[in-house]
Amino acid sequence: MSFVGVTNVWQRYGDRSILERVNVSVDEGEFVSIVGASGCGKSTFLRMLLAEESPYKGDISIEGGDTAVEPNRERGVVFQKYSVFPHLSVRENLIAAEAFQNPLGTLRGSARKNAETRADAMLERIGLNHVLHQFPASLSGGMQQRLAIGQAMTAKPRILLLDEPFGALDPGTRLQMHDFLLELREETNMTVFMVTHDLDEAFKLGDRVLVFDKPRWDPQDPGLFGATITYDFDARDKGIPYQDILAAYPSLASA
Amino acid sequence: MSLIEDIFAMRLINYVPSRPGAIFLAALPFILLFVAYSIASDIRLTANPQDKLLPAPSTIVETAERLFTVPDKRSKEILLWNDTFASLGRLFGGVAISATLSLILGIAIGLLPYARSLFSSFIAVMSMVPPLALLPILFIVFGLGEVSKIVLIVIGITPFMTRDLAQRVMEIPNEQIVKAQTLGASSWVVAQRVALPQVLPRLISNVRLSLGSAWLFLIAAEAVASNVGLGYRIFLVRRYLAMDVILTYVIWITLLAFIIDWALKALSRRAFPWMEAGL
Repeated sequence: MSFVGVTNVWQRYGDRSILERVNVSVDEGEFVSIVGASGCGKSTFLRMLLAEESPYKGDISIEGGDTAVEPNRERGVVFQKYSVFPHLSVRENLIAAEAFQNPLGTLRGSARKNAETRADAMLERIGLNHVLHQFPASLSGGMQQRLAIGQAMTAKPRILLLDEPFGALDPGTRLQMHDFLLELREETNMTVFMVTHDLDEAFKLGDRVLVFDKPRWDPQDPGLFGATITYDFDARDKGIPYQDILAAYPSLASA
Repeated sequence: MSLIEDIFAMRLINYVPSRPGAIFLAALPFILLFVAYSIASDIRLTANPQDKLLPAPSTIVETAERLFTVPDKRSKEILLWNDTFASLGRLFGGVAISATLSLILGIAIGLLPYARSLFSSFIAVMSMVPPLALLPILFIVFGLGEVSKIVLIVIGITPFMTRDLAQRVMEIPNEQIVKAQTLGASSWVVAQRVALPQVLPRLISNVRLSLGSAWLFLIAAEAVASNVGLGYRIFLVRRYLAMDVILTYVIWITLLAFIIDWALKALSRRAFPWMEAGL
């Protein structure tokens, strides 16, 4: 059974269709890039994965569970901006990822100490240990996104959702963030969904690239039909899935 | 317009005063006001040494010294300090109640759609009621004591503060609210750890803005019915045309308001370092 199952999902706002008949199943540890033109519903799809909004029809399940009605700790998220809390220091932002689930949103005593130790380890990992007492506003865009990713990972979600996470970064920082994300993935084998406008980025980072588009189009009523997944590329091995098939199946060469 | 700009080498908007120049300019209106008053006072006193309308600055200083240090003959108490403590007690009481109320209501309206539906139109209408028109009702309901004065301040400034705080809570990016939920935060934790700390600086600036109205309502209430208080005293000595006393009180109230405002500003800077982290 698939890890994340999206079954016949429709979404509409009023009488405007956004998505129709979206079916996809994703294995644990897969990195799924989602691309498409603006307004094609890819962000809507991500919001439904996040359970920020519920599908009009259909089911979205993680490990066979029910469709969630509100965001929870199963889903981690990093937005293009505003993903970290401006009033908390860098370190407090990471501790919040553990503390917020408590009734008062705080940790005390040894629990707090342990969370601090883990936060410091994460800060080391994301390379922000030199700014731990600063506030997010004083960090660069790349550092803020590293913190946001670290914060989301600290909560140990089942799936990580990235909504154009590097869209506001300059090209150099963006490349650094790609390396950072690839390393992090190698270590954690996290299941990731990433919405992006950058096709190179989608193929570089993703195992799969889903393309959202409208298969049907009514010129008199553009809102009549919604978008769906029109392409589902295998993006492993630089998007050419069978080029190394002989390495995997040497017997084929002799045939 | 071009005629004026021909005289100067740059556009007027690009002229910035130097630091000493800025200090001089800041002081200038005060100096001019003082000089104008002194001249006017001098002209009137030369014509009629008994004139009470514009007492000489030296007279005001003498009166001030007397008011601040010499006890009243009958009560053996210094009235100015009694008035000050009574008024500040009412002011702080009213403002504290308003701040607490507006914080609770504002966060509830900003975060909870149900609370928004329930309260927001009601508070919008309530903020249109002229508070001073309610003063007679307050005196009838709460009597002439402290309660009616504090309630007037609360009624006067709470709606405005609540609306502004609710607006600020709604302006917190939805991303942050969603993020907090993905970290497992309950509604209470979102309110207490995400919304509250981010609107507290706004609460302080709201209090600063509202203090002007709070003083207005306080002095109005004291003027109508009271037996102690800064506003009461001003309206009492008005009967004797004691301009020196009135002016001392006005300057004293202005000074108090200025100090409170400055203290709140300093508090805001110290308590919320993250506000200025990006600047």
